[in-house]
Amino acid sequence: MPSATVNATRMELTRLKGRLKTAVRGHKLLKDKRDELMKQFLEVIQENRAIRRRVEEGMTRAHGSFTVASALMSPESLEQALLYPKQSVELELSFRNVMSVNVPVYHFQTHGGQGGDVYPYGFATTSCEVDGAVEALSSVFQDMLKLAQVEKTSQLLAEEIEKTRRRVNALEYVVIPRTQENIKYISMKLEENERNNIIRLMKVKDMLLAEAIEEKRQQDQKTLQPPL
Amino acid sequence: MYKIAVVGDRDSILGFQALGLSVFPVKTAEEARVQVNQLAKEDYAIIYLTEQLGQQLADVLSRYENQVTPAIILIPGKEGSLGIGMKNITSAVERAVGADIL
Repeated sequence: MPSATVNATRMELTRLKGRLKTAVRGHKLLKDKRDELMKQFLEVIQENRAIRRRVEEGMTRAHGSFTVASALMSPESLEQALLYPKQSVELELSFRNVMSVNVPVYHFQTHGGQGGDVYPYGFATTSCEVDGAVEALSSVFQDMLKLAQVEKTSQLLAEEIEKTRRRVNALEYVVIPRTQENIKYISMKLEENERNNIIRLMKVKDMLLAEAIEEKRQQDQKTLQPPL
Repeated sequence: MYKIAVVGDRDSILGFQALGLSVFPVKTAEEARVQVNQLAKEDYAIIYLTEQLGQQLADVLSRYENQVTPAIILIPGKEGSLGIGMKNITSAVERAVGADIL
């Protein structure tokens, strides 16, 4: 149903035709974008699942050792052992552009803790379970960073895909059909006007002709009547 | 230069201190909410949050979900994994595709 506010003029028709062309091109482009985003997204999601599974397993193992350690040691001495870290982590953040979505890429650097030695305490006073826990955590740490990157990427991509999908659908099911409807309405209206005009001209012509014939007849009658 | 934070109950996150991450022990979800909001304002690019707290802070998670920083990542706490992290992946798929296709 064409909207009631549309102006049935030639200018409006030209404008709508231009808009339809833009909408169709935009629709095609957005559809391509959506497809490509989807492809990237599915790859990221697969990776995300794999890494998350690994991280959760690693963390569970670390927590297990930690629970044992905290049972064997007093909370104070456990905290004291871990209080002052030997290594520090610095994170560098850069961005990668995936179909105009900026996704983060993390680079991290550790300082200190040479030779895989991350234990910030002497071994004399601590339980060996703490070593196990810290070791498990540090081995899962790489994956945790990866997880952060991948998970954020998948969240951002999901949002962008949702937005793009909505736009594609809006164009496909609302904007384009409505514009086509309006164009049809206007061109039919214009044709109708044209036919009206032709009929009007024909009528006028008939009327003028009838008038002229009438006039002629009267003139003829005048000339035919003999002067008295 | 960005930093990494870990928020959760003391026992779950103490170990991360040894790795050189910033550890912020909290006791209640309310404390965690304040802490996470505070950290988000500072230059923490990644905030690891235990699932136990994360399930009570859905509003905070969804607020930062569409921002590039910080990335709030759920990790299992000392009670083990609750499967929330995996569920979030599924919900991201649903959001993007419109159906769970995995």
